[in-house]
Formats: sequence, structure tokens, C-alpha cells
Amino acid sequence: MGKTIAEKILSEKAGKDVIPGEIIVAKVDLALVQDGTGPLTVEVFDKFGFKDVKPDKAILFIDHAAPSPRKELSNAHNILRNFAKRTRAIVSDVGEGVSHQIMAEKYVKPGDLLVGADSHTCTGGGLGAFSTGMGSTDLALAFGLGKVWLKVPETFLFELKGKLPEGVYSKDIILHIIGTIGADGATYKAMEFTGEVLEQLSQEARLTISNMAVEAGAKAGLIPTDEITKAYLKENGREEDFKEIKADPDAKYEKVFTIDVSNLEPVVSFPHTVDNTRKISEAKGVKIDQVFIGTCTNGRIEDLRIAASILKGRRKHPDIRLIIVPASRTVYKKALDEGLFDIFIDAGAAIMAPGCGPCVGVHEGVLGDNEKVLSTQNRNFLGRMGNPKGEIYLASPATAAASAITGEITDPRDYLQ
Amino acid sequence: MILKGKVWKFGDDISTDHIAPGRYFHLRTNLPELAKHVLEDAREDFASKVEKGDIIVAGRNFGLGSSREHAPRIIKLAGVAAIIAKSFARIFYRNAVNIGLPLIEIKEADEIDEGDVLEIDLANGIVKNTTKGKEYKFVPMPKFMLDVINEGGIENYISKYGDYKI
Ligand code: SF4
Repeated sequence: MGKTIAEKILSEKAGKDVIPGEIIVAKVDLALVQDGTGPLTVEVFDKFGFKDVKPDKAILFIDHAAPSPRKELSNAHNILRNFAKRTRAIVSDVGEGVSHQIMAEKYVKPGDLLVGADSHTCTGGGLGAFSTGMGSTDLALAFGLGKVWLKVPETFLFELKGKLPEGVYSKDIILHIIGTIGADGATYKAMEFTGEVLEQLSQEARLTISNMAVEAGAKAGLIPTDEITKAYLKENGREEDFKEIKADPDAKYEKVFTIDVSNLEPVVSFPHTVDNTRKISEAKGVKIDQVFIGTCTNGRIEDLRIAASILKGRRKHPDIRLIIVPASRTVYKKALDEGLFDIFIDAGAAIMAPGCGPCVGVHEGVLGDNEKVLSTQNRNFLGRMGNPKGEIYLASPATAAASAITGEITDPRDYLQ
Repeated sequence: MILKGKVWKFGDDISTDHIAPGRYFHLRTNLPELAKHVLEDAREDFASKVEKGDIIVAGRNFGLGSSREHAPRIIKLAGVAAIIAKSFARIFYRNAVNIGLPLIEIKEADEIDEGDVLEIDLANGIVKNTTKGKEYKFVPMPKFMLDVINEGGIENYISKYGDYKI
């Protein structure tokens, strides 16, 4: 019987033919934790009496609160640094950036099983890896045993058809999908993407789609690999990591969704759930206090280029703060080399060190009471950005940049050059 | 295992940010302190009033959001014996199993009210509402997960068996 991408990779990692619904034990290639979840992983790892980490790479990312804003977190960071000293685990410290971006640049290979104590670990699906988020204890076991228990998911196929209009991006596609199927529309399923639109998307744009699979409740967001994947790996100095990953033609899907993107408008998610989406024509005009461009969803070089193309020669609205956080050191350096920082600085932006930035409400741009932020991040739950009295709107970097100029939610197509 | 307790009622889409807000990120290495804020953004008085053995009953997609295992851990630490919901988010579900907190999906969760007393038979898949005299059936967890729950979590399970027994 034909297999979906999820079934193919999990069969290989389990060493047998797996079927959806089955609980399996699978070999882990890559495992990650971050500074919010990692200390608990270390505690449980030590309780088990494990001595060293088993996966090819086990990586501890200091990204959520980096640099640390308070002593408790500085101490938490040291737990991770000390763990890396006594094991084969690698630490990715302050200034390196967000785990999921660095995984894409340096580590994830098509066909891998990547588990991470961070829900957006699903980002790796954009490179054809079965990549999924779980908890700290799971990661302690993945570190110590080199394997995890998994339930094999059924797969929903999303066929993306048509031609993506100007000013509309992969962020808009995935927000549109989540708005359509709901924040629990793919709970426990693997989402697999296919169709002619993929060819119109760069590898970076694809990562944005996989990144948000969890916002529909999914376990993974899988995209087949192709020449675009190969070029991306090559650009990052690891062409040899390429492998063709695609579903069998007779794979069985639990559901198939066909989405025509040709008439899609920019999309905005309104507070406080990601599926509370509106078209830009129904969203524009909402006054905002802050714009945040960055995160594992949209802090890549392509995103910063798009934002810069809109902000070039313009200034942010005087009533808003514009915060820009490149997702990784590599992105930061490229943006600097390409002169994007000049544009951002002249536009009045605050540029922060690579990392999660204000995304999770720990530091660098916590909202005041009754304030509204337009962010390129992936979720807008109540209190997410540090204040339950604030409101979070989600959109693409283009929409964010255009809105920074006007001080209200704005259609980026008005600013395309 | 039969669990008996009184109900705390919550709505749809209770996220891990409601359960363990990001502004208490620095307390993640201090679970008893973090537990004092459990579910604070959904119900401010919950942490101070919840009692050992109580049961949470909620709507759709309970636990959506982040992978923070701290969320189910502090719910358990606060004394909650089980959560019943119309549906659960995936990572939350998995984390709850791993830490030995039973989760039950029943479509009729709306029929249960705050303060009702429930009896849950995990292995046989029965929830009895003794206050209302009603009974609901649910599909018991697969054997592996039930084994983990019965051991009180995967830490005990692995310590006992040394590996996953699947
Ligand atoms: S950028 Fe935001 S969503 Fe991404 S890993 Fe960091 S906190 Fe999580």
C-alpha cells in the first residue's frame, strides 16, 4: 500500500511498516530543547541516571530569553551550558538565534526524525523531515535512549493550486488555511502540502507554512523535497544532505483539501486565536501601538528583504514602536551586509539580537494595558506577549511593514514597488 | 483506577498561555511557585480554591499552544486528578500521559456543570455524574498509555521496565 510522507519516514525510523493509529518506538536523529523547556529535560535526564546523549545531534537553544532579562533565567541558562559541558550535547547560546531557524540552516536533513521540546519544531517539515514538538520528559528520553514513542498520524493533504498574487505570501496561505479548518482542524494529524504553488515558494517561504502546522493542531507539516530544497541546502553548505522525499502516488489520505490561492488577499488573525482570520479588506484601519517583525515564523532574510522593500525611504508612524528581530546570526549578518539595517534604522526601528524577541512575553517589547501589536509571529493567545490586557494581531512581514508606516493595519499592496 | 472528584468548568480553547503564562517564564524552574498561578488567565481564583482530587471539565482543544510540559505538571501539582474535555491539543495530551495525568474525551462535556461530582473508570471508559445521575462512555486510552498512567507517569514506567514496552 502507498505511503504518505509521514508514514514513509516513520516506517524507516521504526524499522517496520507502520500504519496510522499505531503506537511505535522510533529512532531519533535530532533532538532539541530551549531555555524554557530544557532545564526540566536536564532534571529528568539526571533522574534517569543517563550519562550521555544518544541522537546524532542534541542541541540546547538559549533563544527565548536571550540575553537573559533576570537572574532566574540566567540560572536556567547555566543549567543548559553545564549540561553541554558534561555531555555531547551542543549549546546554541545568546546571539545565535531561534532554534527552528538554526535547525533549518545547519542541521535538519530530509528524511530525518527530529523531536523538540518546542511546539514549533514542526518547522523542519518544510525540509522534508518528520519534525514534531513534544514535552521536556519526552526529550529527556529522546536524549538518553535515542528514541521516542509516537502514535502514527493519519495525513491530511493540502493541494495548493493557482498563482500566488503579488503582495500575498506563504504566511497568508497558512493563515487562510488555519482560518478555514480551525485551530483544531488538524489535531493529531500530519499535514502534507503539495501542488503547483510550492514551486512558486522559496525554501524560506515553505518553512513558514510548516512552522504553523501546529496552529491547526497538527503533529507535523510536511513538504516534499525538490530542486528548491536542494538549492537551499547547497546555499547553506550542505548539499550532500539532500534526499528526495515524497509521498507514494497511491498514498492514502484521511482528507484532501484543495486550495486555490489565485484570489487570496493578505490575511490578518485577530485576537485571541490564530483561526480568527480576516481578509485585509475587512481588517484594515485597526490602530496599533507596536509592530514586531521576526520569529521562527517570519524572521528570515527573505522576510526582512520584503519588509525593507516597503520601509525603504519611509519612516514608521510616530505613535508606534517598530521592533525587528532577525531569526538567526546568519540572517542578522546577511541583513547587515545587504544594507537592510540602514533602511530599518532610518525608518525608526529598534533592531534586537537574534532570538525569539518579544514573541513569548519574556522581554524586549512586552505590551502595555490595552495596547495592540501587529506581529509576524505564529500565535496570538491571550497573554502571549506578556500582558493579558494586550491584543495580538498576526500577519505577513509585508503587512507588518506597511502597517508600521501608517500606524494602523494596512494593505501591503498599497506599498509595493 | 476509579477517580472521584468535583468539577471545575472551563470553556473552549484553553491554551498553555492561560495555564502557565509566559510572564512567569522565570518560574519554570520552580514548579510549586508556578503552580500558584495555574490557569490564572482563564480564572483568577482557580489556584487558590482548587482541592486535591478535583476534576477539570472543559470544551474544545484544551491545552493548545506550546510544548511546555510545565502546563500539565502544574495542573497535577495543584491537585487535579483528571481533565475531561471535548477535545485536547496533541502536545498537551502527550505531556499529560507522560506525567501521569489522565485525560478523557467526551463529546457531552457541556452537560456537566461546575460543582458536579464525577466518578471516572479509566480502564473501562465510563464517566458517572453522580450529581445528575448520568453516565457517559469514552474510548479508553491505548494499552501503552494506560500502562504509563497506571505507573503514575513515564518516569516510573521507564524506571520499572527500562525501555518502552510496545
Ligand atoms: S520565535 Fe516565538 S514561536 Fe518561535 S520558538 Fe521563539 S517563542 Fe516560540
